[in-house]
Amino acid sequence: MSEYSGVWVFSENMDLMLELLGKGSELAKKLQTEPAAVLLGHNVKGKTDELFGYGADKVYVVDDPLFKESGSEPYVSGLTSLAQQYKPEILLIGSTRRGKELASRVASRLKTGCVPDCTHLSIDEDRRLLMGRVVYGGNAVATEICRVKPQIATVPPRVFEKLEYKERKGEVVDVNVELEKPRTKVVEVKEIEAAKVKIEEAEIVVAGGRGVEKKEDFKILDELATILGGQVAYTRPLCEDRKWFTDWIGLSGHAISPSLYIGCGISGVIQHVAGIRDSKLIVAINKDPEAPIFEVADYIVEGDLYEIVPALSKALKKLLKTR
Amino acid sequence: MPKTIVCIKQAVDVTEIKVDSATRQPIIVDAPRKISEFDKNALEEGVRLKERLGGEVVAVTATSEDAKMILREALAMGADKAYSISDPSLEESDTLATSYVLCKAVKKIGEFDLILCGEASVDSYSAQVGPRLAERLGIPQITYVRKLSFDGEAVTAERSLEECYETVKAKTPVLLTVTGEINEPKIPSLMAIMKASKKPIVEWNMEDLKISKDEVGRAGSAIQVTEVLAPKVERKSITINGETPEEVAEKLAKALIKEGVVGG
Repeated sequence: MSEYSGVWVFSENMDLMLELLGKGSELAKKLQTEPAAVLLGHNVKGKTDELFGYGADKVYVVDDPLFKESGSEPYVSGLTSLAQQYKPEILLIGSTRRGKELASRVASRLKTGCVPDCTHLSIDEDRRLLMGRVVYGGNAVATEICRVKPQIATVPPRVFEKLEYKERKGEVVDVNVELEKPRTKVVEVKEIEAAKVKIEEAEIVVAGGRGVEKKEDFKILDELATILGGQVAYTRPLCEDRKWFTDWIGLSGHAISPSLYIGCGISGVIQHVAGIRDSKLIVAINKDPEAPIFEVADYIVEGDLYEIVPALSKALKKLLKTR
Repeated sequence: MPKTIVCIKQAVDVTEIKVDSATRQPIIVDAPRKISEFDKNALEEGVRLKERLGGEVVAVTATSEDAKMILREALAMGADKAYSISDPSLEESDTLATSYVLCKAVKKIGEFDLILCGEASVDSYSAQVGPRLAERLGIPQITYVRKLSFDGEAVTAERSLEECYETVKAKTPVLLTVTGEINEPKIPSLMAIMKASKKPIVEWNMEDLKISKDEVGRAGSAIQVTEVLAPKVERKSITINGETPEEVAEKLAKALIKEGVVGG
């Protein structure tokens, strides 16, 4: 029996933490060990019941006013100390940007490995955690193992599902930890205007790429999205090169899995395709017969988006009305 | 005048990877190598700081392969000096091992104010080497930086997080990882490329850095890759044809309704 046991989850984002707890509970069951959540913050005790209800047997709590200061050192030192003291076998961390930094730093201090952005997690016959993730810009899926414990993985939002809520009791473990003071100081926070629905949650996504010549032309895509009850999304060049928008679909941006994705004027570089791969149905509209997006599309329309998209809106409006 | 160390990775050009259709394995050996995209942004930012404030920019890379091509490119982009840590024993190193090698190299390079890294590499996309390097050096770090200024003692950096932009201050020495938003790397002029051929590239191996072979490569890594396979693509690939855009649109609209994805 190894001295390491327990499957822990942590995220600063509560929804994501509950998703991790869903998967964490399954892994813990397989290993016949306990699923546990970590709460780091100030006055956070009120959240323990929710964590028990969604699968945690134990909640480790470090409650300290230092967490109110926004630097990351209290979190890094808090989670590291907990892991050193209680030795979890597996540690799952929510793969937000903050979470990825935290995971790397905790892994560094614990001298262990960390596999980022896992989309597959399972236990093999040797009780090792198999971690699957996309590599080489979407060209491959790698399965990785970690020879050192704890085995750390980060998991993006909406990869795993939370369990059904059940009224359950669990154990609260209060831990006093000497936290490090922040070494960076946050002087300003600007909220980014959130889209109406988070793009990851949209059932239908109409995405525009470099084929859309002017920012105003997005009204054509907006119209189609409205008719379909979907959301408009963008590729990275429109955000980074043309600075029209801030959030893009793709490997370095958001990964989506809608039931319908319509790509308009998008060539389909693999970094973008990596972000849409899990869409149930992919429609690609592009003038260029050689556009790589056609290789991953269910429906291929070789044509000018400025002609096809408005015509599609019109056709759908007519057909949907008569039903 | 800041002394800046920029860590760059010789990455696989992911747009050029071919897949063996029989085994579904990506053929990595044959794919060309290049400076990882965001590392170019890091280098460009270091060079711009130097143009404004003076100082020095050095580029460092650690790889099992020969990296002089990408280091020449880094010098052409404006770095003053480059360090090539190239040793076959680095093969299969994970971020734990790679950050250890870079840490040793940075300590041997000496005093610095800033270390700049890309937010993640284009091929393995771990986003770990920067944060781990700062941890090993015991210095503060600011990740996902989209704007940067330096006043001689402290940096002010705007971070790009999912829900907000966060402006953060930290005293030097500090490590920053940058996103692609921070700048548009310049393409080096012919003159710059010619000048680069005269700039120094220092070559170090594991012995020079007093690193034993079991601290790097497979032996020195926590992570092992057990399998790498191309994802299966199973798409319908139905081409919609028609005489007019209207005809195409109508066929497509009907197909989508039949699929049950719209009008539900």
